[in-house]
Amino acid sequence: MRLALAGVSHHRAPLAVRERVAVDLEAAARLSRSLATSGGPAHEAVVLSTCNRTELYVAGDDGIVDHADRALLDLAGPGAVELEPAAYRLADDSAALHLFRVAAGLDSMVPGEGEILGQVRDAFEAGSPGPLLGRTFRMALRAGRRARVETAIGESPASIPAAAAALAEQVFEGLAGRSVVLVGAGRMSDLTARNLRSRGAAISVVVNRTLEHAERLAVSFDARSVTVDELAGALGVADIVVSSTSAPGFVLGGEAVTSALRERRGRPLLIVDLAVPRDVDPALGAIEGCFLYDVDALESVVSATLEGRRTEAVHAERIVSEEAERFHAWRASLVVVPAIASLRAHAEEIRATELARVEGRLPEGDRDVVDTLTAQIVNKLLHLPTVRLKEAAVSEDGLLYADVVRHLFGLGEEDEG
Amino acid sequence: MAELLVWPTLIAYGEAALVYAGELRGHRRYSTLGIWGVRIGWLAQTMLLAAQARSADGFPWGTRAGALNLLSWLLVTGYLVWGCRPRYRLVGLAVMPVAAALVVLAWVGGGTALGSRGDGWALAIHAALMLAGLASFTVAAAMAALYVFEERRLKRRDAGVLRLRLPSLEALDRLAARATLVGLSLLTAGIAVGLGWLDVGGIDAAMTVAVLIWVVYALALAVRWEAGVRGRRFARLLIAGLALVVVVLPLTHFAA
Repeated sequence: MRLALAGVSHHRAPLAVRERVAVDLEAAARLSRSLATSGGPAHEAVVLSTCNRTELYVAGDDGIVDHADRALLDLAGPGAVELEPAAYRLADDSAALHLFRVAAGLDSMVPGEGEILGQVRDAFEAGSPGPLLGRTFRMALRAGRRARVETAIGESPASIPAAAAALAEQVFEGLAGRSVVLVGAGRMSDLTARNLRSRGAAISVVVNRTLEHAERLAVSFDARSVTVDELAGALGVADIVVSSTSAPGFVLGGEAVTSALRERRGRPLLIVDLAVPRDVDPALGAIEGCFLYDVDALESVVSATLEGRRTEAVHAERIVSEEAERFHAWRASLVVVPAIASLRAHAEEIRATELARVEGRLPEGDRDVVDTLTAQIVNKLLHLPTVRLKEAAVSEDGLLYADVVRHLFGLGEEDEG
Repeated sequence: MAELLVWPTLIAYGEAALVYAGELRGHRRYSTLGIWGVRIGWLAQTMLLAAQARSADGFPWGTRAGALNLLSWLLVTGYLVWGCRPRYRLVGLAVMPVAAALVVLAWVGGGTALGSRGDGWALAIHAALMLAGLASFTVAAAMAALYVFEERRLKRRDAGVLRLRLPSLEALDRLAARATLVGLSLLTAGIAVGLGWLDVGGIDAAMTVAVLIWVVYALALAVRWEAGVRGRRFARLLIAGLALVVVVLPLTHFAA
């Protein structure tokens, strides 16, 4: 049985090409079923489709690579001509290695991005895997988990909104129920607010120069809207302030923050200033309990963490290589498994025949002893050859060893005769 | 036998401290070795204490070395309870060097020689409660030190602040306060046992210092609850409190 992969990804295919073959999970499940049961060389199939890639993993008889390729082009329909040069085809160990790298986030646009592992799991669960694809995907999920647990590849944020939210988590013990005040209605502050909300924070107040603009944004967050004049009052309820106005001067000054901090009785306040020019007086950062991050500070955090991700990616590649070697060893062992099974069956048959021959002559109490004794002898005799065969299977001579064993012990000759 | 167990304890704690220090510099690959260092060291030290307890006649840790050894064990035990949680594992950055240093001090200050006193269970309970209280204060100070370190990184807007994730400031502040409260309760119980059951004669320097330490930590908690002194100022109070303990206690309790 062979493993094949045909796919397109963000590396070589622009969005216009990728969207021709993008499918949702339900369609991916249908396509997997159809590929695995259509009567062609494929017996197993899993379709992985995300924003950045669509990949068809199939397992089956010879000709499976072409079959996967055709299936991908069929999926593209009339757009197949544009898709073909961007598509890649991989087989066996290379296909598995690719999947392991995908699951570990090493093939993603941002190394180590968190969603891909879940997407691989969903695709696997929705697909039609059999013994080969099942094992391959389980090992890929294991590689992905290991990469995230044993390295810090997925821990650091890769964007300014995510960095702001991660910094908030360094200040506060969990963001659930934390109150966020949005000052201004810029796109970046909107994204940051959404990121904070996805981690449990509540957007409680939206502040803007005009109440109308504030109300528009407040509705989407189920928040209260006020004008800039009421900003000082709004600070009283804030744990986190995200500011992004187009005001030419400082919107948030020392007095308002000092008085808000006094009311907080030692609880910290995080201010994220996303505006250029800055909305918040940088001197506020020196006040005890007040943590101020502007765009430059956030950008340097993001670039440091991205650098960290690249460093961690080297360790993650090592983990993926280990898993790929395990996969190779497992596949190679499949070559000798039939020979080992035949050898053991052959030995057991001889043992049973000889045992049956003397059974009538043995005293009642000795039968079990002889049975156990002969079974142990057979097991001990076959243990080393079994281990050696499995070891040899990983090398290129694996098949030769299996043939030699068959020849020496005459395995399968009775059937042929 | 007991002496043979000092070295594995020290090596394992030292190894854990080095691994955690390495993590501070971004080397994460060996973090599992750090946790195993703590576990193996704790096991060796537990065996050491058990061997001492078996061969002693009475309370075996009455000497300076014995007390430091027991304090170090209590400290690591406390850390192991918290250290199992991934988010708090890096508290070991502050705890393990202290634990290793205590073992070294114990070794330098008398090795594994026993200082048995026949004062019975009352002394054993008193000493155990006092030492457990001090271990809690040490954990609190370790949390406080991490708070100061983490706060400084955030204040300075250190670009690498998210590459080494420590517990959040709020969590460190809360845990430091909780460890202080636990320590104060243990110290209160220890003092009560001492006054109630031990033949103390009169008020001596050791008792005065114990009460002074109690007052310092009680005040720290009082200003936290009543005046809202939290965060950096509370952390500094706890570090100063431990410094007081470290300087004064050996003079009064182990000067002889």
